[in-house]
Amino acid sequence: MAEKPRFRWHIVVFLAPAVLVYTAVMIYPLFNTLRLSLFTEVDQSRVFVGLQNFKTLFGDTVWSTQFWNALGNNFWFFMIHMLVQNPIGVALAAILSHPKLRFASLYRSAIFIPTILSFVIVGFAWKLILSPIWGIAPGMLDAVGLKALYAPWLGKEAYALTTLSLVSVWQFVGIPMMLIYAALLSIPDEILEAAEVEGITGLSSFWKIKLPLILPSIGIISILTFVANFNAFDLIYAAQGALAGPDFSTDILGTFMYRTFFGFQLQLGDPHMGSTIASAMFVIILIGVCLYLFGIQSRMRRYQF
Amino acid sequence: MNAVRQNRLNTFAAHGALVVYVLIALFPVFVIVINSFKDRRSIFREPLALPNSESFSLIGYETVLKQGDFFLYFQNSMIVTVGSLFFILIFGAMAAFALAEYRFKGNTLMGLYLALGIMIPIRIGTVAILEMMVQTGLVNTLWALILVYTAQGLPLAVFILSEFMRQVSDDLKNAGRIDGLSEYRIFFRLVLPLVRPAMATVAVFNMIPIWNDLWFPLILAPAEEVKTLTLGSQVFIGQFVTDWNAVLSALSLAILPVMALYVIFSRQLIRGITSGAVK
Repeated sequence: MAEKPRFRWHIVVFLAPAVLVYTAVMIYPLFNTLRLSLFTEVDQSRVFVGLQNFKTLFGDTVWSTQFWNALGNNFWFFMIHMLVQNPIGVALAAILSHPKLRFASLYRSAIFIPTILSFVIVGFAWKLILSPIWGIAPGMLDAVGLKALYAPWLGKEAYALTTLSLVSVWQFVGIPMMLIYAALLSIPDEILEAAEVEGITGLSSFWKIKLPLILPSIGIISILTFVANFNAFDLIYAAQGALAGPDFSTDILGTFMYRTFFGFQLQLGDPHMGSTIASAMFVIILIGVCLYLFGIQSRMRRYQF
Repeated sequence: MNAVRQNRLNTFAAHGALVVYVLIALFPVFVIVINSFKDRRSIFREPLALPNSESFSLIGYETVLKQGDFFLYFQNSMIVTVGSLFFILIFGAMAAFALAEYRFKGNTLMGLYLALGIMIPIRIGTVAILEMMVQTGLVNTLWALILVYTAQGLPLAVFILSEFMRQVSDDLKNAGRIDGLSEYRIFFRLVLPLVRPAMATVAVFNMIPIWNDLWFPLILAPAEEVKTLTLGSQVFIGQFVTDWNAVLSALSLAILPVMALYVIFSRQLIRGITSGAVK
């Protein structure tokens, strides 16, 4: 009487819409972009050229200087996030997670506000505030006697990238704050009480007990920051335009790819070189994610409570 | 006694640090909004003063509402955001249910395949996405944006929702099966209402990045009639860059809807993040 197992169509029906949309709009274009990087356009038809585009990108000085400039800037952009945004986020979370602190949720909501604003708002707002024409930044520095420190930061090659990185830090500090805050709350009280009995309290309890326990969350935040930074575009575009001025000093991979793909001023857009840069970005992000997954995450001890 | 004083000092320092940071976080927004209500002269003369009867002016808002079609942009942003969220939630929940509920060949593999997109940004595929949208005639339609955002949001949605669906009790579903409910009914009638909080979390996570995105509207739908609010304000501000009243008012108008969403959903958002939905 054994009934033959019927094919369970409902599984297919449940999975199909998500898998189809995801495959058609995300995975297929991703691989198609990688494929397009191997082609070029000659007389309005697509010709296979192998790795020629990559040779141009890394070999031709006009392209390679731009690429290394964008990549270097992107690393600086990432370093500032790691060195400023994440420590501030951890510090704010550590203060907020203090059990007897009043108004904690009010502070939390207020600090998170910049994160919900769009890059367009953030980019222009800071551009206006730092502008020498309006004079809010010089005026405020003057009020504390530091007027000599003022410079039109966004217009100076030496400062523009760092300034924009700090604006981006200002915008996104809420994310590490929230994630670390959640991690800190999940540490059981018994552990902290046991430490207190041993005489470990206050700051030393943070360094010796809490910090080691939240290391996995810091790892996740680092990789999220890495991926977000290496495909950033909006803030630079909103504040400095597609040319990432002054003199390409704020150019990062996202703006470089946009310019190449769409063209600007006199240069025509080139989808194949655009794909080549996108492929390079893909490889960079993939290396970062793999380093994290195999190098960091697998070695980190996870504590189960 | 000493310990008490020490404690009070610590609390004071904690509040001090937080207040300073809150001021840093809110100052730019505050400056933009108060100056949008002032006339041009007062914007420059006393940028930090609140608008008073003398300096109050709505000239910037008049320019913005006359020159830019902000209601249309707003409507487009609404359609794109709500549409994308709808598809992310319904398709994501269905796939998550299949992965969480049934054992079948390739279950783990399918889960990994869908999870790929959590780490790899969809922007890398932009060149081919644009080509595809041009070929299918979807370029400069809101559908192009809805499709892209749906694809972008699905991986994390499936991941989060399947975690929650594993917690729904088997007894409940089996009782439904004994009563003769089909698998579809079990999903829509029994399971979906139970994971509503998780769906809300997913919705809130996706809402803000979709609303604020500049890249895809700029590339896939730059035409006037399909501009989103983010792109619309970017273009508008670019054109009116010397008209400070108009720029400040446009910025304030762009801040308004996100702030409203945030006030409504902030509790959900913060609970979502802190409940460890993102692990």
